[in-house]
Amino acid sequence: MSQELLAIFTEVLIDDFGVPADDIKAEATFEALGLDSLDVVELTLVLEERTGVKLEDEELEDVRTVQDAIDKVAAKQ
Amino acid sequence: MSVAIVTGGSGGIGAAICRALADAGAHVLVGYGGNQNAAENVASACPSATALHIDVTDEASVEAAVQTAADHGTLSIVVNNAGVAHDDLLIRLDSERFDATMQTNLRGAYLLSRAALRPMLRGRFGRIISVASVVALRGNAGQTAYAASKAGLIGFTKSLAREVGRKGITANVVAPGFVATAMTDGLPQQARDALIAMAPIGRPVTADEVAATVRFLASEEAGSITGAVVPVDGGAAI
Repeated sequence: MSQELLAIFTEVLIDDFGVPADDIKAEATFEALGLDSLDVVELTLVLEERTGVKLEDEELEDVRTVQDAIDKVAAKQ
Repeated sequence: MSVAIVTGGSGGIGAAICRALADAGAHVLVGYGGNQNAAENVASACPSATALHIDVTDEASVEAAVQTAADHGTLSIVVNNAGVAHDDLLIRLDSERFDATMQTNLRGAYLLSRAALRPMLRGRFGRIISVASVVALRGNAGQTAYAASKAGLIGFTKSLAREVGRKGITANVVAPGFVATAMTDGLPQQARDALIAMAPIGRPVTADEVAATVRFLASEEAGSITGAVVPVDGGAAI
């Protein structure tokens, strides 16, 4: 499941946010990938369409890395 | 299809804005607070529009309006136009009327703009236009609450413009001068004359002139205009 989500995250980060594919790793922080807080909100909107999981704003407060976000989505699937 | 929400769409300025945006190709949700008949008349005069009850003081009602917009297409234009004026000298202005003015004019714009940001972010395009007033820029005796609420829209808009600019979303204020509408009909004749006399053009501004400015700011061509306060006041703010 986690691998599947990482694949979705990777695709979205490349297609919608222009992040270079080589930079995307589970442990990478969104900040390091060049995403600010508004980008992360936008990312969750895309993920909601792709996975059906809606993350509330308060759930994003402690999300720093791609893995953090994957864990949040996986927990609600 | 591009969808626009216009609050206060049944009033004089709001109705003109609805027509202008519909003529420009948007499906317009004509928001109304109490006057359903007027809103339906406005909607039926537009190429593509629907009257919709929106209580801008109620978070759930505003959220529901944004959901309704999604049924018609992509929400890309929001016009915060609903407004009330509780005019009195400050010394006589009770806190209930001050709060009511803020609730509709300023908090209503906050609620709708916030709700609209999600679809706008997703579409990476948005136009958030708030209708303020020349009174926000130069003040007017008897309108402390109204002027404060409208000036609040300016600070709100400039900050929002900074937050969302790189997402293709602009936020602007249109500041009309004196427009003859049902709301300004409530002013004493002397006050109306004084407001008209402020403007070098020497006549009231028309609702269509305000609407044409909103239509331009809502267009793709206006993508480099954000955080602006555009006076449509006949020069009253000079």
